[in-house]
Amino acid sequence: MPKEKITVLRSRYIPLPVENVDTDQIIPARFLKATTREGFGDNLFRDWRYDARGKPIPGFILNQDRYEGKILAAGKNFGSGSSREHAAWALYDFGFRVVISSFFADIFKNNALNNGLLPVQVSDGFLALLFKRAEENPEILLEVNLPEQSVSILPDGPEESFGINSYKKECLIKGYDDIDYLLNLKDQIEAFEEQHKG
Amino acid sequence: MQKKTLFDKIWDAHVVTRVKNGPDVLYIDRHLIHEVTSPQAFSGLERRGIPVFRPEKTVATADHNVPTVNQHLPIREEMSRLQVNKLTENCLHHGITLYGLNHPSQGIVHVIGPELGITQPGMTIVCGDSHTSTHGAFGTVAFGIGTSEVEMVLATQCVMQPKPKKMRISVEGSLREGVTAKDIILYIITGISASGGTGYFIEYAGSAIEELSMEGRMTLCNMSIEMGARGGLIAPDDTTFDYIKGREFAPKEADFEKAVDRWRQLKTDPGAVFDEELVVKAEDIEPMLTYGTNPGMGIPVNGTIPDDPSAGFRKSLDYMGFQPGEKLEGKPVDYVFLGSCTNGRIEDLRAFSAMVKGKKKAGNITAWIVPGSKQVEKQAIEEGLDKILEESGFELRQPGCSACLAMNEDKIPAGKYSISTSNRNFEGRQGPGARTLLASPLTAAAAAITGKISDPRKLLKN
Ligand code: SF4
Repeated sequence: MPKEKITVLRSRYIPLPVENVDTDQIIPARFLKATTREGFGDNLFRDWRYDARGKPIPGFILNQDRYEGKILAAGKNFGSGSSREHAAWALYDFGFRVVISSFFADIFKNNALNNGLLPVQVSDGFLALLFKRAEENPEILLEVNLPEQSVSILPDGPEESFGINSYKKECLIKGYDDIDYLLNLKDQIEAFEEQHKG
Repeated sequence: MQKKTLFDKIWDAHVVTRVKNGPDVLYIDRHLIHEVTSPQAFSGLERRGIPVFRPEKTVATADHNVPTVNQHLPIREEMSRLQVNKLTENCLHHGITLYGLNHPSQGIVHVIGPELGITQPGMTIVCGDSHTSTHGAFGTVAFGIGTSEVEMVLATQCVMQPKPKKMRISVEGSLREGVTAKDIILYIITGISASGGTGYFIEYAGSAIEELSMEGRMTLCNMSIEMGARGGLIAPDDTTFDYIKGREFAPKEADFEKAVDRWRQLKTDPGAVFDEELVVKAEDIEPMLTYGTNPGMGIPVNGTIPDDPSAGFRKSLDYMGFQPGEKLEGKPVDYVFLGSCTNGRIEDLRAFSAMVKGKKKAGNITAWIVPGSKQVEKQAIEEGLDKILEESGFELRQPGCSACLAMNEDKIPAGKYSISTSNRNFEGRQGPGARTLLASPLTAAAAAITGKISDPRKLLKN
């Protein structure tokens, strides 16, 4: 699926100071029955957002008008549990382009990167500061700069750098995906198979 | 020569090429697919106009979203039916072997792979399901992938992954009575936390692991992901070879002997270095139970819930309706679930049946006994386990993931307590508002009989 390229993103952010947010919370299993990739945003954080009768739960952050933005800042160990890529699709479909946390589960990180959603890993201290600042001022802006690999609180910091492998970075900036890359390796893959026969 | 770990040996032998400053391109020997995480991968191929590259290396089954009663009837729920039908269509169209509903080899993807002899030492195996780590019990590098990666494997038989770090967890000594592989893994996860293994591939070693059956080893490797690890594996030995011998897709006769000679080389060289090492004493492990909403929140079944002032911890206990400092033993529960790719194999059914034999299910308990596969179901019936269960007031259902993820009708109602042999106790995992306590089949059986959380060791004595 063609994804928006990511370079520099300036946006407000939505704080979710909960640790160990697993993919069952991001998108519960009963919403995984669709056979296309679209529309999962409606059920993002379904059981935190809506009660059993489908009424919005006012206390949940996504239901509060004060907060909006293309960036989600979430507590440590985000995206643990099930490998369902639907979690990354739901976040993207809802409108997020960046998720910031102090720690990401491995499979989620891969799934996000494969879907144009940038996982930004920051220090626990920086994350705590993000939560605090957003509480004081919901309108506060962040700048995520992928080429520079930095994230900063606007207008005057602080700023923190984040890691990403250079291959993935290039994919995101150019909007390429791994399949394009692998399809170009067909000859090498066939040669590998030939060598490892039997 | 450089000393290598078992993991290095398998991984390195499958690297097609290394992307500079990027991931490895890893060749995949076996790819397992199911109805939930594959449809979008097939539509991706169609959009690109490319075929499945090696259809004979992919095997499919319907498990996540199937009913566990009346499987001979059309699936009632429309979305589920469509999803299962889509898998059938895709497999037919692309020439992929499918063990669909009502096929004698159908079952949970991680149960049927080993059972059919598809899983063999030294392989790389992936599946769009995080518990693919189960296959590591055979000395394979097996891990869960997302749907984009399912598409990559279908298109090129490769995935792109950075090589994980390596950890070895050695469990030394002998397990005490009433303690199972499930308790070992819950004990380890509680010790290192639900994220303590992130970035690692884990090798399990030590005398207590060598003594485990293949079923036990699968239970152990299955839950590696619950500490955040990419996967777990165990060096193959005679227990492994005996299990594989004679299975449908296992090498036969002279080929089998040759394969065994190769498989015997699959072990960590003495002196090979791990990024992290952990030693656990088997004697310290007791029957375990989780009390919170991540698998790292565990205590011995007769223990007390600890205290932790963090907001997350309190939120978790609120959800479960528990207090810090409380004892769980003796508390009534509502549901018992025996099944899943963690504990839905024949040995688990045997253990459960042995404990309930001659006793009666408690009146307050609804129990779901779900075999992991058609073959497990068949064997259970051949061994008369269905009769034992029936006499005690239990019913054997039909195979599928069932209440492990509650995608089908098998949902635990809001607020109810479920002792579950599955692998995840996340909020709402077994149904919106459901409260899950993870435990071994023995602890589940003890609860099913007494109607409350009970130490299985006390029942073993009578
Ligand atoms: S039983 Fe549960 S964990 Fe295992 S494959 Fe099915 S849903 Fe996944």
